[in-house]
Amino acid sequence: MRMKTKLLALAATLAIATSAQAHRQWLLPAGTILSGTDEWVTIDAAVSNDLFYADHAAMRLDGIKVWKPDGTEGQIENGATGRHRSVFDVHLDQQGTWKIGTTQAGISGTFKVDGVEWRLGGRRGPPPGPGAQAPANMVNSVEEIPANATDVQLTEMSGQNAVFVTLGEPTQTVFQSTGKGLEMVPVTHPDELVQGETAQFKFLVDGQPAADLPITIVPGGKRYRDDEGAFEVRTGADGVASIDWPSAGMVWLNASLSDNKPSNPRATARRMSFTTTVEVMTP
Amino acid sequence: MRKTPLLIAGLIAAPASAGTISITIPRLNVAEYHRPYVAAWIEPTGGGAARTLFVWYDVAKGGAEPGTKWLSDLRTWWRKGGRSMRLPADGVSGATRAPGTHRVTLPADLRPGQYTLYIEAARETGGREIVSMPLNIPAGNGSATGRSELGAITLSAR
Repeated sequence: MRMKTKLLALAATLAIATSAQAHRQWLLPAGTILSGTDEWVTIDAAVSNDLFYADHAAMRLDGIKVWKPDGTEGQIENGATGRHRSVFDVHLDQQGTWKIGTTQAGISGTFKVDGVEWRLGGRRGPPPGPGAQAPANMVNSVEEIPANATDVQLTEMSGQNAVFVTLGEPTQTVFQSTGKGLEMVPVTHPDELVQGETAQFKFLVDGQPAADLPITIVPGGKRYRDDEGAFEVRTGADGVASIDWPSAGMVWLNASLSDNKPSNPRATARRMSFTTTVEVMTP
Repeated sequence: MRKTPLLIAGLIAAPASAGTISITIPRLNVAEYHRPYVAAWIEPTGGGAARTLFVWYDVAKGGAEPGTKWLSDLRTWWRKGGRSMRLPADGVSGATRAPGTHRVTLPADLRPGQYTLYIEAARETGGREIVSMPLNIPAGNGSATGRSELGAITLSAR
């Protein structure tokens, strides 16, 4: 049952993931450092190549979750989805650091029955046009894979794309590691980033340091410069990545990792990703 | 060179106040002018916690957008300690000031030592500027000048 729910969630995310393979999913808060007693933050959510230029696809809002500083769940408000971009608000009614974003989990892959290839989840190919046939040889859950299936090759996927917004003093609750999948725990709080100061983030896989993990960093504002401006840093043996920000502004950050340690016994591989957008301030 | 007389001065008399800062808020010829938010704080040169001397903001503004909403625009002060203060704070917070020169007395309980004094100003529909200068307690004289949002900053022993 639970797995089914997860797969449904996966299917929902894959609806955009189909076209997102070469695109970047991004969340863009209006600001990440806020003061006052009670505040609102507005956030854009979209999928596109250039950051943060919404020219491709809106991100679906049904998967967006809100984690309050005290650990309870919050909610998004005033959500709207346009063609190229979604937008929503979060009412920050608690002081501290909020986490806002999506988590995804699911399994997809292929197997054979009597020599015929079948699929579980995954890409459904191009959208049905005139005369298109319904996808054949597909199942929606691991449980539906017949007992006589052979060549079962399943990949477990998990990912999160979240931003961190702080009202008042930064707090740490939302960075609590679950010990599962790929996670980031701050050495430098993501809402304390300043150009000219090296920031450090620690990456964990299943709670252990993710060593030599490449982190891709892409500054926003690509449209107004010639270079893409993206660069990569790697974590050390302790899982810590040190990042020097070339400029102030909103910056997209992604880490992806594949291994062969899925939690589902029928899967053979897993793919994990962590994505965030951080705000780098001028000194 | 300068240290010796300062040390002697410290030995002879503990001054009633550690000194005075004069802060000039420049008069700006702009279409839309709002008085700036201004904060001043000191940090021990050898490292240590920042201590806010004052923060001038729209203390009286309440409602859905109270004056505290824009305190984070004083972005360095906010990060250095503003965000952990409970405001309004006695003897520290005050209303925004008009263009002109304003005198602020340094707290009498400042321990002798070397500090850096920071003054940061941020103005609605305007710019933001930070000016810093060395501050040795007991205070000697010193000065610095901003180029946009702050004018002359002078430090005097009394």
